[in-house]
Amino acid sequence: MAYDKFTILCSSAVPMPNENVDTDQIIPARFLKATERKGFGDNLFRDWRYNNDNTPKADFVLNDPTYSGKILVGGKNFGSGSSREHAAWAIYDYGFRCVVSSFFADIFRNNSINVGILPVQVSPEFLEKIFAAIEADPTTELEINLPTQTITLLATGDNENFAINEYKKHNLINGYDDIDYLLSMKTEIEAFAEARPF
Amino acid sequence: MSTPKTLFDKVWDAHVIRQVKDGPDVLFIDRHFIHEVTSPVAFLGLEGRNAPVLFSGRTFATADHNTPTLNQHLPVADPMSANQLDALERNSAKYGISHWGLGHIKNGIVHVVGPENGITLPGMTIVCGDSHTSTHGAFGAIAFGIGTSEVEMVLATQCIMQPKPKKMRITVNGKTGKGVLPKDVILYIISQTSASGATGYFVEYAGEVFENMTMEGRMTVCNMTIEMGARGGMIAPDQTTLDYLKGRELSPKGEQWDKLVPYWQTLKTDEDATFDLDLTFDAADIEPQITYGTNPGLGTGVTHQIPTAESVKDGSASYKKSLQYMGFAENESMIGKPVDFVFLGSCTNGRIEDFRAFASIVKGRQKADNITAWLVPGSHVVEKQIQEEGILDILTQAGFELRQPGCSACLAMNEDKIPAGKYAVSTSNRNFEGRQGPGARTLLASPLVAAAAAVTGVVTDPRGLMNNV
Repeated sequence: MAYDKFTILCSSAVPMPNENVDTDQIIPARFLKATERKGFGDNLFRDWRYNNDNTPKADFVLNDPTYSGKILVGGKNFGSGSSREHAAWAIYDYGFRCVVSSFFADIFRNNSINVGILPVQVSPEFLEKIFAAIEADPTTELEINLPTQTITLLATGDNENFAINEYKKHNLINGYDDIDYLLSMKTEIEAFAEARPF
Repeated sequence: MSTPKTLFDKVWDAHVIRQVKDGPDVLFIDRHFIHEVTSPVAFLGLEGRNAPVLFSGRTFATADHNTPTLNQHLPVADPMSANQLDALERNSAKYGISHWGLGHIKNGIVHVVGPENGITLPGMTIVCGDSHTSTHGAFGAIAFGIGTSEVEMVLATQCIMQPKPKKMRITVNGKTGKGVLPKDVILYIISQTSASGATGYFVEYAGEVFENMTMEGRMTVCNMTIEMGARGGMIAPDQTTLDYLKGRELSPKGEQWDKLVPYWQTLKTDEDATFDLDLTFDAADIEPQITYGTNPGLGTGVTHQIPTAESVKDGSASYKKSLQYMGFAENESMIGKPVDFVFLGSCTNGRIEDFRAFASIVKGRQKADNITAWLVPGSHVVEKQIQEEGILDILTQAGFELRQPGCSACLAMNEDKIPAGKYAVSTSNRNFEGRQGPGARTLLASPLVAAAAAVTGVVTDPRGLMNNV
């Protein structure tokens, strides 16, 4: 589906320094039974977020009113494991528009862009700076500028450039998706299929 | 002279319809597998666009993630699971897609039934909304998992848009020792590379160990390649591959087969081709493996102790959290750890060879009283083989029961959940927190290690229980 356009996002951020946050934690398998794409935000990080009796765990960052914002800052190897796009849907549905980490799992990165979340990969050093800045002041704001591919800590002006494929960048800025592009080359695809040996 | 190419280059390049300027390649997909969990929203998207399925004959549907493993003849009790299964059946019928639903003789786990029926062939591109699609790389195919948006994309256009990954070769030479199965080989490799060590790469496996492996073993290895972050893994097709495929129901026949064999024989890495990364391991260093942490990279030889935080690559904070979840401590021995559950099954180890290996240990022994064992074949074909080869008798005499095919306790979407705090030696692919049920503690291992735990009730080196091997 086509998604919201993404250009510049200024927001405070929610820190989650754990490494190897896998998609089973982001959305456990038992919440994948829906046949429609809605409501997944309620179960984002379900088992880290709630006790067995469904009361919120006070020490989990999403339950801590100190932290808020549209940016989730995660530790290295964020989104590893299963290919479930539900993980990206849950993050989006909860209200995040950008995930920052020093390293993303491959399928998660793809899924994120496909649902309109911008994955911003920064250096380990810059990631540490972000965590330190949030720890010092939870209201600290980050600016994610997609056109210039820059992430900036607004309070200090510290910034870093991030990489993104030009084509994907164009799509995110304009709210286009891959399917629109591919449908426009249907004749070429049909001719290619005709020549396949199997 | 043309540029030397790797196996991966040859297959990838043959599927590129267009290279987008500064963008991904438009890659044609030969085969698309769908299941009940990651496809319903893709079909909704298709409806929303008013788009048809472009080539319905290239997509195959099977129900597996959410199916019960007992009483499959009865209606599915969980209404949400039943709804997903209905949606798959309805959508398949609507768009003319072949559907092997619950109760169908060919039903089973998607990555088991695809190869079993000759749908998976060398030189293909194969995708599925499931990360373990990498399994099919065992045949010399480029196979990888995709998200639901991409499932919709493949239904609508038979293509996906992907930048070409980097290439890695993992060579394992030498002979594996007693009690070392393909599962141990891949768990060892992941423990050496870490759970993220191959992100951004596509892996080719090379060397004697893989050349000597059966197709079932190669599937186990490629299946778990995703667990080190790689998009997929592949092994060049050889005589073993052709022998496996010949005569399978949907394999090419007669003239078409004869035409394809010479093409398939070209599918190997040219001598001078280069990789972005080359890793080499020695088979002699691999012993039966077991994991102790909460990602598949946190594993070790079964006779070893749990490493200290300083000696693992993953970062000490996450590591300590991981051990805390598992109820383990640094320097503890894995041998003798109490076990509550044993799970044999999944797309990693739910094939006939896995049941043969399991039976080789339990034969003449009895299931330990403290163990609940869930033995789940990957498909009805495997189930039938288990009966025909007399394995079922061995299992029954030892006090075990066989369940019906499906993903089961690998991801615990159905009723098969390991209770909180309990330990499971599991032949599946992931030991993430809560993967096998909220609070469940998973130790990944081979069918031999699982069998040894099932008859002794604790983590045990299977080599001491093997006869004449």
